[in-house]
Amino acid sequence: MFLPRLVKRSFGQSWCLQGVRWLLALLLFGVTAVAFAADFDAAVQSLNGENFTVKEASIGDVVDTGHERSSTVLESMLNGLLYYRKSDGRMVIVAPVEQGYQVQDAASGEDLGVLGKRKVRKIAINNALRTSLRNALARLSLSSTERDVRYAAVQEMLGTMNKDSRALLEDRLAMETDERVRDLLGTALALYKLDSQDRDVRLQAVQDLDGSIIPQVRNRLVGLLASENDAEINRVLKQVLGSIDARLQLYSLAETAFFGLSLGSVLLLAAIGLAITFGVMGVINMAHGELIMLGAYTTYLVQSALPGHVELSLLVAVPAAFMVSGAFGIAIERGVIRFLYGRPLETLLATFGISLILQQLVRSTISAQNVTVSNPNWMSGSLHINEAFSLTYNRIYILIFSLVVFFALLAILKKTSLGLQVRAVSQNRPMAKAMGIRSEWVDAMTFGLGSGIAGIAGVALSQLTNVGPNMGQSYIIDSFMVVVFGGVGNLWGTMVGAMSLGVANKILEPWSGAVLAKILVLVFIILFIQKRPRGLFPQQGRAAEH
Amino acid sequence: MKVLDRTREVMRRDRVFDFMMPKVVFSPDLDTRHGPILYLEGVTVSFDGFKALNDLTLYINNGELRCVIGANGAGKTTMMDVITGKTRPDAGSVYFGQKIDLLRMSETDIAQGGIGRKFQKPTVFEFHTVYENLELSMAANKQVWHTLFARLNGEQRDRIDRILELVGLVEERHRLAGVLSHGQKQWLEIGMLLMQNPRVLLVDEPVAGMTVQETERTAELLTSLAGEHSVVVVEHDMEFVRSIARTVTVLHEGSVLAEGSMDEVQNDPRVIEVYLGE
Amino acid sequence: MLLAKLYQQDRGGSFLLMALLLAAVLVPVLNLWVPESSPLHLSTYTVTLLGKYLCYALLAMALDLVWGYCGILSLGHGAFFALGGYAMGMYLMRAIGDRGVYGNPELPDFMVFLSWQEVPWYWNGFDMFWFALLMVVLAPGILAFVFGWFAFRARVTGVYLSIMTQALTFALMLAFFRNEMGFGGNNGLTDFKDILGFDLQADSTRIGLFLVSVLVLALAYLACRYIINSKLGRVVVAIRDAEDRARFVGYKVESFKLWLFVFSAVLAGIAGALYVPQVGIINPGEFAPLNSIEMVIWVAVGGRGTLYGAAAGALLVNYGKTYFTAAFPEIWLFALGALFVLVTVFLPRGIIGLMRRGKDRQS
Repeated sequence: MFLPRLVKRSFGQSWCLQGVRWLLALLLFGVTAVAFAADFDAAVQSLNGENFTVKEASIGDVVDTGHERSSTVLESMLNGLLYYRKSDGRMVIVAPVEQGYQVQDAASGEDLGVLGKRKVRKIAINNALRTSLRNALARLSLSSTERDVRYAAVQEMLGTMNKDSRALLEDRLAMETDERVRDLLGTALALYKLDSQDRDVRLQAVQDLDGSIIPQVRNRLVGLLASENDAEINRVLKQVLGSIDARLQLYSLAETAFFGLSLGSVLLLAAIGLAITFGVMGVINMAHGELIMLGAYTTYLVQSALPGHVELSLLVAVPAAFMVSGAFGIAIERGVIRFLYGRPLETLLATFGISLILQQLVRSTISAQNVTVSNPNWMSGSLHINEAFSLTYNRIYILIFSLVVFFALLAILKKTSLGLQVRAVSQNRPMAKAMGIRSEWVDAMTFGLGSGIAGIAGVALSQLTNVGPNMGQSYIIDSFMVVVFGGVGNLWGTMVGAMSLGVANKILEPWSGAVLAKILVLVFIILFIQKRPRGLFPQQGRAAEH
Repeated sequence: MKVLDRTREVMRRDRVFDFMMPKVVFSPDLDTRHGPILYLEGVTVSFDGFKALNDLTLYINNGELRCVIGANGAGKTTMMDVITGKTRPDAGSVYFGQKIDLLRMSETDIAQGGIGRKFQKPTVFEFHTVYENLELSMAANKQVWHTLFARLNGEQRDRIDRILELVGLVEERHRLAGVLSHGQKQWLEIGMLLMQNPRVLLVDEPVAGMTVQETERTAELLTSLAGEHSVVVVEHDMEFVRSIARTVTVLHEGSVLAEGSMDEVQNDPRVIEVYLGE
Repeated sequence: MLLAKLYQQDRGGSFLLMALLLAAVLVPVLNLWVPESSPLHLSTYTVTLLGKYLCYALLAMALDLVWGYCGILSLGHGAFFALGGYAMGMYLMRAIGDRGVYGNPELPDFMVFLSWQEVPWYWNGFDMFWFALLMVVLAPGILAFVFGWFAFRARVTGVYLSIMTQALTFALMLAFFRNEMGFGGNNGLTDFKDILGFDLQADSTRIGLFLVSVLVLALAYLACRYIINSKLGRVVVAIRDAEDRARFVGYKVESFKLWLFVFSAVLAGIAGALYVPQVGIINPGEFAPLNSIEMVIWVAVGGRGTLYGAAAGALLVNYGKTYFTAAFPEIWLFALGALFVLVTVFLPRGIIGLMRRGKDRQS
């Protein structure tokens, strides 16, 4: 009982002291800055007090200085990285390296070089200290000027609410202006009230927590349901839990749908090029996956050529990958496939051979290992909608990107003369030939277009998955399934096929596991082809018969 | 809803349960007492909105030789597809004799049941000899196990020899079918049909690409087949049709435009309008 | 009498059978009775390698039966091979008894490692050799039947069917990689000790397995040849060349395809079962789509639609693989890839086709 009281004292002190200091700082900025630093230095030094009581007090002092490094120092202490130098007693923060420790001055952050392990000693802490360190850190972050830091700090405290944190949060609530943080503060305080002896307070708290989807809240409420004796509260509890669960379910459904669409967008990118080559020429290009891989490696090479310009390199990589994969595609068509028209099975084998060569080519010239492709900043992180639902940016962008590629391709096929010729050849080759369309040229261009799009897909995939020589292999089967499912020769079918297979996969995954989900989808497609051999959106009419 | 439909389908009183249907292997006892051997009634087939067959009603009499003519896209080939089970119509009924509903039978069963078909493009087994082609087509037990141990007996050899003579391919019996001339392939295909012992022969453009002599011989062959078999010939060559036809049916836009003897049909104003334009 | 007739009809096949007979005599002699110091001595390593090639030859023949004669390009025969192999591997696993690393008399090592309490139900019976043999036939057979029943009834043909079979083996690979499947996960089944009481490491056992492989290959060849020469074989080729015609002549195309496919899958399973005791391991890698498609190239190199050509192609390509992967590991995939392209573009009928053409030109 002794320690908590101490902690509380230091908390109380801190608020007024800090207030005074800020005032002073405003008035006499220059002078105080120096004094400030000196204060902080002293406080840090005293963290190495002779007993835990002294250390405890010093933690409060460190917080009170409001120095920008206070949280760094306290965090290091909490993580057992705060040491002092035996020679002069300087407090230091260490990072283990091979020869000993990389040491930096705790108060100033100045680099002090590498020291042997014997030259420094750790600052000992105990559990009570850990608690006060955590509280101190929470307090520091609660008063941060960054909204997200404050939010995270409250979040941190949700699970471990006690009297002290309650006081802390109530203080904060009084001055907090941000709506989201206020809400969360309210939730935290309501959580605390659940422990109240007073029945009405508890009832009110339960009602306050209605609709909250924060995981800790639900856990606490479930726990309360087991121990609560009051019938009225129990009734409300069940109601509240029911509505929470309903909301959670809704969000998890939305999340599944999003993941499904995200997977679908990847499938769409991978399959759409195949849909063109297969739809128009009836040729299945087993090297399609490798053309995707080439696109991803192009991204890697462009990034290596433009170090430090991640955004720019990505922008350059899209057309570059299109050109590279497209060129390879045209080479494959002119070099091999055109000798094999009318023999689809042989084409399949030959292009498979090409895929082996391309894989080995990358292994020999670049590396057999995976390479790292960096993401631009705006691609990392996630769009936080609420506690139960957030969307990662890279997936959102790739979803958008895939749609852009899809509609661009659709436009090419609908609006350009190449598109017109491609459609003509795909519907009736001899007739198109008779009309004076150079079907050979159209074949080469179509193949180039499909391959180029595979390259673009590679750029997108390089932002999502590992880039390695084998990355293409995993896409060929999936892509083909998408094309078959959607219906050959119909881009909309490919789109719907990709998205529905993606969503189906993600819906199945939670209760069957990823592998089984894949197998189930596969079985489903086999059965589906039973019923509709031409896919979801078949090409109809007499032309399709032959 | 689907279950309901299915149940209704099963409970229909005008139908015999599938499993109680007689298994048709050969058709000597095919019920043709009322005359026609093939009944097509109200058959409609549409592809993507385009009606290839539009409420087509057509009867083929037992033992008759019927020519079906019509412009491209009139629905001649689709009609054959429907009869042989390749295409399922959206509406209508197709009966073989009085009792056998062809719409409920698979292509194989229809073929084994006695309806033979020659394709527009001659289709033979190119990597088999002429003799083997005929052997494979012969009416026999065509189950997997049976074919594994099947041996030709004397009677069957005689039958093959007879057909070889009939279609004039005795000399070519041991040549690969793939190296035959176009006309020979057509005959071989007709020979293959005959080996099946069919009641109805559907012959799609038998004289396309044939010389004048070949055409004459084909005409002879087909006329000689009528009587024992019912023969339906689809042809563009009017000269040829005139030479063999007793009854001619004109198809237009998926339904029957006119029917009668060649002369009647040729003088029918509607036919003239369709064929010669306004 | 019969052999003479066979020789007249089928020169290539007789050659294959003679070669097998020769190997069956020479290999044991050179391995067991020629002293090791002699340059003519055949090491047990080589015997095992040859045995492995024979299994591949059998597999290639099975594939040729469906591809060469019926036009079904299966890219999933590796799955049937592996299933047969696993069935045999399970017997060999049970035969280890308590000599495993953990010394558990009931459970194979990997189950002890996963701290399973008892053998899963589908491992029951595999301690009996006859049961394992039955499974060698049934497991691939039933899989092929179920898959084929759906695929052929739906008239899935050509590249569609090929990709479906590839997806099938891919799915199985994913499944077998999982530990929960109870087939040893990633590592598969290995560390076998003996088969029917014969020590698997002993030279005599190796020779025995080699001889069994020779015998099975010869019998399988004769069986396939019988099928191809029967009316069934002619129907199958007819289906390959003109599927619609065959259907309108009255053959139930899907049944013919189905049974041929099942028979071929069973042969592949037997090949797998012979393969596992000789190489001493079976793991999910055998299901990899690459393996299955490699088999196709053996057949293509040898010349499809000849049976013996497929066997010859398997021997040749695998010898090449052994040589290349040892001498120039970097080059192997280039060589294999180039082989795919060159054979399909320039040698559609394989080496046998080339030889035949040469002979035709002479005469």
